[in-house]
Amino acid sequence: MKRKVTVLGIESTAHTFGVGIATSEGEILANVNYVYTFEKGIHPREAAEHHSSVAHKAVKEALDKAGLSIHEIDAIAIALGPGLGPCLRIGATVARALSLYFNKPLVPVNHCVAHIEIARLTTGAEDPLVVYVSGGNTIVSAFVDGRYRVFGETLDIALGNCIDAFAREVGLPQPGVPNVEKMAERGSKYIPLPYVVKGQDLSFSGLLTMALRKVREGERLEDVCFSLIETAYSMLAEVAERALAHTKKKQLVLTGGVARSRRLQEMLREVAAEHGAEFHVVPPEYAGDNGAMIAWCGVLAYIHGVTIPVEESCIRQRWRLDEVDIPWRR
Amino acid sequence: MKWISHGGGSVVILEVIAKGAEATLYKELWNDIVVVRKQRLPKKYRHPQLDNYIRRTRTVTEAKLMFEARKLGVPTPTIYDVDIDNCIIRMEYITGTRLREYMDDIIHSSKYEVLTKIFETLGIYAGRLHTNGIAHGDLTTSNVIVSDSTLVLIDFGLGTYAKDLESHGVDIHLLLRSLESTHYSIASICFKHFIKGYSREVGEEYANKVVERVHEIRARARYVEERIRKRDFI
Repeated sequence: MKRKVTVLGIESTAHTFGVGIATSEGEILANVNYVYTFEKGIHPREAAEHHSSVAHKAVKEALDKAGLSIHEIDAIAIALGPGLGPCLRIGATVARALSLYFNKPLVPVNHCVAHIEIARLTTGAEDPLVVYVSGGNTIVSAFVDGRYRVFGETLDIALGNCIDAFAREVGLPQPGVPNVEKMAERGSKYIPLPYVVKGQDLSFSGLLTMALRKVREGERLEDVCFSLIETAYSMLAEVAERALAHTKKKQLVLTGGVARSRRLQEMLREVAAEHGAEFHVVPPEYAGDNGAMIAWCGVLAYIHGVTIPVEESCIRQRWRLDEVDIPWRR
Repeated sequence: MKWISHGGGSVVILEVIAKGAEATLYKELWNDIVVVRKQRLPKKYRHPQLDNYIRRTRTVTEAKLMFEARKLGVPTPTIYDVDIDNCIIRMEYITGTRLREYMDDIIHSSKYEVLTKIFETLGIYAGRLHTNGIAHGDLTTSNVIVSDSTLVLIDFGLGTYAKDLESHGVDIHLLLRSLESTHYSIASICFKHFIKGYSREVGEEYANKVVERVHEIRARARYVEERIRKRDFI
């Protein structure tokens, strides 16, 4: 039997500074996350300042929680991208320091791959079609030929970003998605809004502009929220459905921060049932950005020999999901 | 033009051929002819008003575009009947294999020269549609049927009347994407022959413009490293 491997992973791609510890047996020993809160969108420098102020205690708390000393850790995993440069640099700096000082291998992790892998681990779905939706990403993906291929994605802003920005503009508190959804529950009139599906890809920017215009034109906020949510989620559900029909995968998994949305879950559950696929949602504690997913993805990468020398460990703001080889699924 | 469903007559559903995302396809005995019945059933997850709008407009547009394509010499199934209220199109039953599955077989037998011919022809068809102001809207290897030696284009449900570079670029982008996502190893060779046929129909100058636009569309997607290297291909 192979030796058990323990990896400490660091997440700092956007608003969350997270430290997680995972083992090759699939245990999550710690998942400590500090979230930079904001009213007017993420200010990258302020978020980075937040991250550097919490980094040391997050690492310490994670180790305490796992009951491990740093010497019992086999490798340090770091989310090198995609994300906001100033934020990524904080996590990368902490990871490089730990790697050099304690002489631990450094494992590069792609943030999007980590969202998928934590969902596979926690839901038990082995080969799913993945719908990954957050404030920064909207991707429909499945594993084909050694990589997570992108079957559909947003051509402009992310779904979460669209709803968050709408919430901000109309004065609803952040985070936008749950608040807009709450408001939508009291809406009843469906107002036609731009429904933009280009083949398999999505566009949300026109939808955002038009929703805001409807509010200015005096439509009830509840109705606009309702119509915005229905339109945006229907677009995503359609793309997910098309990808499910195309790939013939037998599992559909929802992951990312917006995975907590009840309405989106409801729609995708219908889609899965329609095509005889199981439906799974990542547990809430692993939905938003978190350190545990980086640690777990780091375990997978590390036991398959993926490491990076510190001097080459540049951050990659635009690192695409489908650029990453996935040796653990060969 | 008003489409009138003939209704009445005898209708016997023989089997469900495929259950796509967009619609369900049935093999049906309709007034004693075997037809494909493409029906856009209501989606429970969608708001009824939105659902109704999407299903109706796509049914009508699809029927019109299939007819137009056929007039241009791009093979599509013959349309027999359009029932707007129930979002049904009845069309010719084509015997053959979807290009996507056909390619799986080819890969196993390594008869690649067959593919080069197919993609060149597909390029000609796409070019002819574009020259005449039609964008297919969902040009993937799942939406082409190989029937004997003919390629038949199906599923114009997301198609539009479009003369603009952007819509044409999206068509080509979708084809390339579908090749890369299902047959990664031979995607570039297939695409090369596709463009060869396409250029023949639209002219080299326009073909280059469209390919350039495909790069631009891909670069628009989030986090694309291509965007940084953009200057390399323009």
